[in-house]
Amino acid sequence: MAICAPLLDLSPDRVDLTAILAPPGELTLLGNDDLGRPVLDRLLAGARTSLLVGFGVVAVSASLGTLIGALSGFVGGWLDLLIVRVLDLFMAFPGILLAIALAGVMGPGIENVIVALTVVGWVGYARLARAQVLTLVHRDHVAAARALGCSGGAILLRHLIPLTIAPLMVEATFAVSGVVVAEASLSFLGLGVQPPDASWGNMVRDGVSYLLVAPHLVVAPGLAILCVVLSVNLLGDALRDRLDVRSRRS
Amino acid sequence: MTEPLLQVEGLITELGETARPLRVVDGLDLTIRSGETFALLGESGCGKSMAALSLMRLLPPGGRILSGRVRLGGTDLLHLTEAEMRSVRGGRMAMIFQEPQTSLNPVLSVGVQIAEALHVHGEGSDGRNRRRVVELLRAVGIPDPEQRADEYPHQLSGGMKQRVMIAMALAGDPGLLIADEPTTALDVTIQAQVLSLLGDLRRETGMAVLLITHDLGVVAETADRLAVMYAGQIVETATVSEFFAGPAHPYGRMLMESLPSAEKRRGRLATIPGRVPPLDRVFSGCRFADRCASVMPLCRERIPEWIGLGAGRGVRCHLWSEGEASHPGPARNAAEPESGASERPSGSVGEIGSPLLKAVDLKVHFPIQRGLFRRVVGHVRAVDGVSLDLSLGRTLALVGESGCGKTTVGKAILQLIAPTSGQVLYLGRNLAGLGHRAMRPYRKDLQIVFQDPYASMNPRMLVGDVVGEGLQALGIEWTRAVRERRVADLLELVGMDPESARRYPHEFSGGQRQRICIARALAVEPRIIVCDEPTSALDVSVQAQILNLLKDLQSRLGLAYLFITHNISVVSYLAHEVAVMYLGRVVERGGVEEILTDPRHPYTRALLSAVPVVDPEKRRVVIRLEGDMPSPSNPPRGCHFHPRCPEATSRCSEGYPPEVRLGASRYVSCLHLD
Amino acid sequence: MTGTARIRGGGAPGSSRIGFLASRIGSALTMLLGVCTLVFLLIHLVPGDPVEVMLGEGARPADQAALRHALGLDRPVWAQYLDYLARLSRLDLGQSLHAQRPVSDLLAERVGPTAILAVSSLSLAILLAIPLGVLAAQYRGRVVDRAAMTFSMLGAAVPNFWLGPLLILVFSLWLGWTPVSGREGALSLILPTVTLGTGMAAVLARMVRSSVLEVLGEDYVRTARAKGLGPAAVLWRHALRNAWLPVLTLIGLQFGALLGGAVITETVFSWPGLGSLLVEAIQTRDYPLVQGAVLLIALTYLAVNTTTDLLYAAMDPRIRAV
Repeated sequence: MAICAPLLDLSPDRVDLTAILAPPGELTLLGNDDLGRPVLDRLLAGARTSLLVGFGVVAVSASLGTLIGALSGFVGGWLDLLIVRVLDLFMAFPGILLAIALAGVMGPGIENVIVALTVVGWVGYARLARAQVLTLVHRDHVAAARALGCSGGAILLRHLIPLTIAPLMVEATFAVSGVVVAEASLSFLGLGVQPPDASWGNMVRDGVSYLLVAPHLVVAPGLAILCVVLSVNLLGDALRDRLDVRSRRS
Repeated sequence: MTEPLLQVEGLITELGETARPLRVVDGLDLTIRSGETFALLGESGCGKSMAALSLMRLLPPGGRILSGRVRLGGTDLLHLTEAEMRSVRGGRMAMIFQEPQTSLNPVLSVGVQIAEALHVHGEGSDGRNRRRVVELLRAVGIPDPEQRADEYPHQLSGGMKQRVMIAMALAGDPGLLIADEPTTALDVTIQAQVLSLLGDLRRETGMAVLLITHDLGVVAETADRLAVMYAGQIVETATVSEFFAGPAHPYGRMLMESLPSAEKRRGRLATIPGRVPPLDRVFSGCRFADRCASVMPLCRERIPEWIGLGAGRGVRCHLWSEGEASHPGPARNAAEPESGASERPSGSVGEIGSPLLKAVDLKVHFPIQRGLFRRVVGHVRAVDGVSLDLSLGRTLALVGESGCGKTTVGKAILQLIAPTSGQVLYLGRNLAGLGHRAMRPYRKDLQIVFQDPYASMNPRMLVGDVVGEGLQALGIEWTRAVRERRVADLLELVGMDPESARRYPHEFSGGQRQRICIARALAVEPRIIVCDEPTSALDVSVQAQILNLLKDLQSRLGLAYLFITHNISVVSYLAHEVAVMYLGRVVERGGVEEILTDPRHPYTRALLSAVPVVDPEKRRVVIRLEGDMPSPSNPPRGCHFHPRCPEATSRCSEGYPPEVRLGASRYVSCLHLD
Repeated sequence: MTGTARIRGGGAPGSSRIGFLASRIGSALTMLLGVCTLVFLLIHLVPGDPVEVMLGEGARPADQAALRHALGLDRPVWAQYLDYLARLSRLDLGQSLHAQRPVSDLLAERVGPTAILAVSSLSLAILLAIPLGVLAAQYRGRVVDRAAMTFSMLGAAVPNFWLGPLLILVFSLWLGWTPVSGREGALSLILPTVTLGTGMAAVLARMVRSSVLEVLGEDYVRTARAKGLGPAAVLWRHALRNAWLPVLTLIGLQFGALLGGAVITETVFSWPGLGSLLVEAIQTRDYPLVQGAVLLIALTYLAVNTTTDLLYAAMDPRIRAV
């Protein structure tokens, strides 16, 4: 639905001074905000931002992190020592704090949010991929491949990375919901999407001032986030269970 | 005759969902008398462990006992409440498990864990319990029991942990000790220690032992009577001497015939085709019918009844209901003559027995790193100066206990682990230190088969791609169609359906997977295959299939094997030459016959004496080794074996004894060779 | 793991409890330096000229030059870095641009409220999560388990910045039980604590459950039952003693999420802590203050994690010996 948002005829920025703070159902399905803009339209526009950031950040940080982590574990030596130190350093900061600081220093704007969340995000995948590779590299099937003359690159791409994909997929799924919340949090703090563009985070931020008179301004975007996070997490659980069963059988 | 201590009748246990249950124990009847050792024998998946857990009422989640009676000295255990049952567990009936490594709580000291058992089953004060803990630890042969009581499980070796488990079981002074594969995870010399300890304790305390095992040798050595279990049922009960004189059920007979030994060297081993049937079905005939060499039409139509053969002996087989077969003839495929022995190996570089590969003073030391900058603070001397000779078309067995470095030798020869020093001469060329590229031309000639057939294949690759990988990686065969044909031929060569190429590894059993791994190694037409314990993860009957296959392939293709194993009976069946390793060194090497019949190194003698023999008449004298193998990071000065050696003198600690040549190809490293 | 880790005992040098302590503290000190470096570099991420950004575009060149000199930005980066470290060693975090006061003074004023909030939220989370997780594991698949896991699922999904306003709406605006915001009396602590503690409780409960379940499936639990121990003794003496260990590590790691969440929660409730100070500093482009706040929070997190590691080592005899 969020993907189709641009196709629908939305008017998230249409100011209607006669509809200021109208409750849900009176003029539009989810009511109107403090400038009379329709909440439903803004919600859908915000969904696009959220999901774009969510999937974008996860896709970039997961591929980057996996590659760096897998390489680090596979090559070992000084490169591994260095990368582990860098990973430890990033882990020394609470993730969201680092994102807030980065986004804050770089200045508001959606691009900086994406950069900040990616900088924070790749670390988890790199650690996981490295740990996976370190356990897998001692498996006999890797030794067999070496005995058959496979090159290092072939072993990494054919025999190691495909086997790390499953846990990384699960991690990435859960991460989508984490990124959605993080983006909304940054926007809530005024560090993300800037007005008049809609984001679930800044909708809550704007709505808080009218909490008593127009609670729907806060409730609606919050519920939207809750739904996305719940469904993504349920998907992640299902994925994990499935992959678990498979690994147990084999 | 003594009063039965434990009487089990019609025990039925199921696992899994109620809609699709697995009937893992199906109508078990057992009688165990006080003071005897009763063995429950069977291969993996036959339900013997579940039977034991049913007796203790300790089934895993989802397990349930449907019916039956378990009478322990007059009490029906199945009618007790859970609280009453708790006082039986660890009290009148105790149990020890297969994996001592994981069976002790890592965060409690062993003394505390034993005291806990005392506390549950007695009302002694803490001070008295402490004294009793020390007594128990002393009773199970743990040195310095006062100090050991305060140690944690990770500070003890596997054998020590199993002793602690036994001490804990003895705490409640049980009438019956259930030992579930108590020595399977232990090395053979440690196994000998633990088995003799169990025997001594049984004699001293008068308790009965229910020994659950898959090892015929262990049964022959320790048990008085046995029951053979197959697919959830007991198919035969007998005294041990009766059983080994001639098993009544074809399954027991085929198991014995599939055991490798020196006497069977000239022929093939008998095998049991197929595998144990899944237990989620209703059987309409004999469960063994599909794998039985003596199967009759009746076997598939009617479920065989239990037939008493007098004096506690019985069998579940139609052969006996006919009344004719008092001792059924040998299995059909037993001891076949060696097939294709006359075939000449194709493309040979020389005569059988001509030298092919030579390892000279091979060393592999792993650095021990610590701290922030991974400072090297010491070395694990996994392989510390090993010399070997491997000849064309011959099998060299590299024998030793776990941790002696034998697997590392195999990998170092293939340059899968870089040797620290020494030479690996293959047809005169030194392979040691060659990089990936320089090693490539030799990869084709040297291949490897691993112990764990589950971990040695990429689970995401089709079997066809697994087998064909070498052809592709080494650029031997680029065209896909030709490669597929080669793969099909290879699968047929190892006795697999060529259609398997389109399936994934997890669809196959352990034995089938090992065949696939052998096909993968054969694909590049090697001259040498390093076989790293290729059968130790497999059941005896499947092991026989793989050993037959390896022997056939050797005579057809002229392969040389470096066969790494801890199993002496496999060595005696398969090997031409033997090298015995202890703590990173070869202590003795030579022809298989001379080593097995006339071992000269004290370690070889102890090792061979510890192997249980499948012949209850041939009780041997076990040379008991004290303690455990020391850590390879800090080997003893001088001869590595001297701290445990019964013949050691002060000279032994002065320097490592040089290799003494005793015959054409016989070398021993010992100062005391008289 | 490399081959080195498999070797146990063996009397290799450095295998003592003190050795472990030293290496753990040594690594914490390295991390300390790394964290300081990263925080130092933060100001260099400001797009364009940080001085221009701070003063606004219309500032006079003389003012710009003065600020640039005051911040040391007119000197080479390595000199700035050494200077920064030298000042840090004297606990000098620079001057706040906005308040014209030492950053360390501003931070000191705000540490207390954040500490109170963090400790109360952490306590709430632990007191809620551990019984919930243990019960869910013991009654796996039953109603208790499902209820606990539903709570956990929802709690982990609710964002702080939404839960806060909702709680304010219900308990402050509608029911009038608690103050809307600020820090006046014990009552004002309740809503921020619930907001911040819920997410952590949810994640923790799930982890406790899976940790207990895993331990209950271990061989040594079967051994304990085979000894004849009752369910309570099996659970407390054998299962939980081992299950605590991973949970302890997770509490340390989750503390980071808690500190991050505090930034948002404090903003929602106008709680006068470090988090709201950080947000104010970002909004006023007071970069020395931003650096100071980030540094303090990160160092707190580092200290907590080092402590949990040491606690873990004290509780696990296997590490004690290595």
